[in-house]
Amino acid sequence: MKKVIKMREMSDNQRGIIKRITATGDMGRRLREMGLVPETAIKIQGRAPLRDPVAVKLRDFVLTLRNNEASSIFVEVDVPDPE
Amino acid sequence: MNKKITIALSGNPNAGKTTVFNAITGARQHIANYPGVTVEKKYGTIHHKGHAIEVVDLPGTYSLTAYSLEELVARNFVIDERPDLVVDIVDASSLERHLYLAVQFKELGVPLVIALNMMDLAESRGIIIDVEALSSQFGAPVVPMVARSNKGIQDLLDKVVSLAGEKPRWEPAPISYGMDIDQAIAEISGIIERSEIYDRKYPSWWRALKCLEMDSQITDLLKRDPALGREIELICDSIYKHTMNTLEEEPEAIIADHRYGYIAGITKKVVKRKIESRINFSDKIDKVLTNRIIGPLAMITVLYGMYSFTFWASELPIIWLETLFDGLTAIVLAVVPEGMLQSLIVSGIIGGVGGVLGFVPLIMFMFFAIAIMEDSGYMARIAYMLDRVLRWFGLHGNSVIALIVSGGISGGCAVPGVLATRVLRDPKERFATLLVIPFMNCGAKLPVYALLIGAFFSGDKARIMFILTLLSWIFALFAAKVLRATILKGPKTSFVMELPPYRAPTLRGLLIHTWERTWQYIKKAGTVILAFSVVLWAMMTFPGLSEKQMADFEKERKALSEAFLSSPDVRGLITSEKDLPALNERVRRAVNGKASPGTSGDNRGLAMVAKAASELAQGETDLEKWDQKYLRAASQYLAFRTQIGYHERVQQQTALKGTVAGWIGQRLETVTRPLGFEYRTNIALLGGFAAKEVVVSTLGTAYSLGEVNPEETGSLSERLKRDPGWNPLQAFTLIVFTMLYVPCIATVISIRREASWAWAGFSVLFNLLVAYGVSLCIRQAGLALGF
Repeated sequence: MKKVIKMREMSDNQRGIIKRITATGDMGRRLREMGLVPETAIKIQGRAPLRDPVAVKLRDFVLTLRNNEASSIFVEVDVPDPE
Repeated sequence: MNKKITIALSGNPNAGKTTVFNAITGARQHIANYPGVTVEKKYGTIHHKGHAIEVVDLPGTYSLTAYSLEELVARNFVIDERPDLVVDIVDASSLERHLYLAVQFKELGVPLVIALNMMDLAESRGIIIDVEALSSQFGAPVVPMVARSNKGIQDLLDKVVSLAGEKPRWEPAPISYGMDIDQAIAEISGIIERSEIYDRKYPSWWRALKCLEMDSQITDLLKRDPALGREIELICDSIYKHTMNTLEEEPEAIIADHRYGYIAGITKKVVKRKIESRINFSDKIDKVLTNRIIGPLAMITVLYGMYSFTFWASELPIIWLETLFDGLTAIVLAVVPEGMLQSLIVSGIIGGVGGVLGFVPLIMFMFFAIAIMEDSGYMARIAYMLDRVLRWFGLHGNSVIALIVSGGISGGCAVPGVLATRVLRDPKERFATLLVIPFMNCGAKLPVYALLIGAFFSGDKARIMFILTLLSWIFALFAAKVLRATILKGPKTSFVMELPPYRAPTLRGLLIHTWERTWQYIKKAGTVILAFSVVLWAMMTFPGLSEKQMADFEKERKALSEAFLSSPDVRGLITSEKDLPALNERVRRAVNGKASPGTSGDNRGLAMVAKAASELAQGETDLEKWDQKYLRAASQYLAFRTQIGYHERVQQQTALKGTVAGWIGQRLETVTRPLGFEYRTNIALLGGFAAKEVVVSTLGTAYSLGEVNPEETGSLSERLKRDPGWNPLQAFTLIVFTMLYVPCIATVISIRREASWAWAGFSVLFNLLVAYGVSLCIRQAGLALGF
């Protein structure tokens, strides 16, 4: 089953496809120029020792984001079907 | 002679742009700032196949918007200076993101060459790029290379020469952004072309695109014609409403989506992936080095390792340099006659500048260690791991680089530290970092600590140093927190940062990085500190004693020596005042063990007294062999010598009090008395404004010990220990005050260059205030606790 959740809520090593980015202005620009645009495949690489920022793998490189930035990115992920 | 070819190197940060630039230009580099801004411009000219090629290194950027200084500088350089070619350096191992910038150069229409760097890394990750196909699909020549190992550099230069020969023209290569946007672009560019202010410097199509991206530089330009500006604004507004209603995205976002779509269309055709060989070592290392538990432990180990390495490696070179400067001092003392000129050279110039240059090895090895961390990619991980902590204090993960360069693990320099704040995009975060980096324990503060720790805390040297490092971080972080909550209050910023893959640094890269920062340190010694040392020397020398005071002191001295010579024990052995220098010299040599004074010669009495005095002075107990008359005269002599020494010190101190510096130091006592600092400490701290290490030499001078040589630092330390005004609490207060009180003059000048005079002035006041407050608390708390 597919489900769209915030990137912030994704667990480590989880993969997904970006569906929507709600950040606008300078923040939106920063995210886009680093390649975070809809339909991009991403994987959560890990988190810093204090669980923030988060490291995301996309387009063959690793990008870091703070949790509040990751909250503005909506990602489609696979979730196990409920029995 | 062919015309000079100008090429601009551009590319994302971490694309290996600096490596390519270094590989092309070697040592023929120049550094300047772009006019009017604090963005560094590196350039160099080389010759290739009979052509002169000027290479300009543009700032590393991800995009060409008007929203960051670097991007604006890069863009304006390309538009205004019209280089013959732009070489865009692209990391083959993450092609998609790197082509985003290349696409924007295509939009602008500049003649473009793509340097496809890091081919080796791409290959090791199973990414195979069809270079020919990429070139034809993208519509620009592509040169594959591995700049780290110099592969492809010659090919690139060949390409540059042959392309420049074809006199390439600017041709904007429009891509499609979807019907709505394309239509709006056509409409706007039509309007621009009809207008009178269209100067053809920028392609009209590109200008229209930038209007839709709400690019302030371009829209401001068009608003010079108000009617035109309004007309365009109307179109932009309507397309904005339209896309928000239909696609829920702003035009800017749609444009970016289409750029990436365009890139994906190309990479799909030219990139093949070998799934089986996709080993990513960098990711594997990160699993360990940024792990929740191992990460911080590894970081502490690395930082501690850096610290130990620096101090271990620089120990011997520092001694060599000290020997060199001592030698220089000795030569000047021998060649230049005693007097003002000698004093100026020895105390003013060698004392000040030598003190600074003496620490070059320490600074250099620290910067070398920092360069290893930066070039390997580990520094980015430190910023990543510490961002959450630093954010709580209102700073940014990247602030940590500036803090470490400035002496965060002891032994950096705030001048390159100020420059290292350039990576911070948010001005408020940047100013907060600028204002607290002078709290770090830079290399110049270490001798002050060493002196005071040696005198009062000799048992726990390492522990005290560790406490001081910790304290400087605590003060810096809390000061930043206060600043960010008051005058530098601002919204949260972002930590959108690339974690570059780990790479083994190249020796050339390390050496260049180390040298760039070390040179900034050396430059401050040669210019600012030299000037200030001379000024300080003058302030501590003039006006000095009045003629009457001089005469009085001379009279007293004469009275003392007459009393000595006329005492019954001495009379007959030493007859004239003229013998005294010879006697002094003999005793001094004997005590220093340089030569045993012979008892022969034309004045046997004097020689015997000298020998007896030297043995007495050294605590010799076996005195049976001596004729009592010599012993009596010798002890008379030693008492006289103490009296004369005391007299001289009084004279020097009176002279010092009479100087400009002394006057200021005494006036300041009203303010510094609660801290326990008397005028001599004040003078030293005043000197420390030029450079912190001057505090030691100035204390030395102020405590009447003449020149402070390395050997004599011990004796200054001894003297402070014996001085009733000094105790561990006093020393600790001075240490903390020195840590915090003012950025040195070179740092102040750097802050002015990066920010403004107002910020530089504020920085001095702010630091003084913090230092005073903290030292007062320490002193008063210490007194209350009975230290």
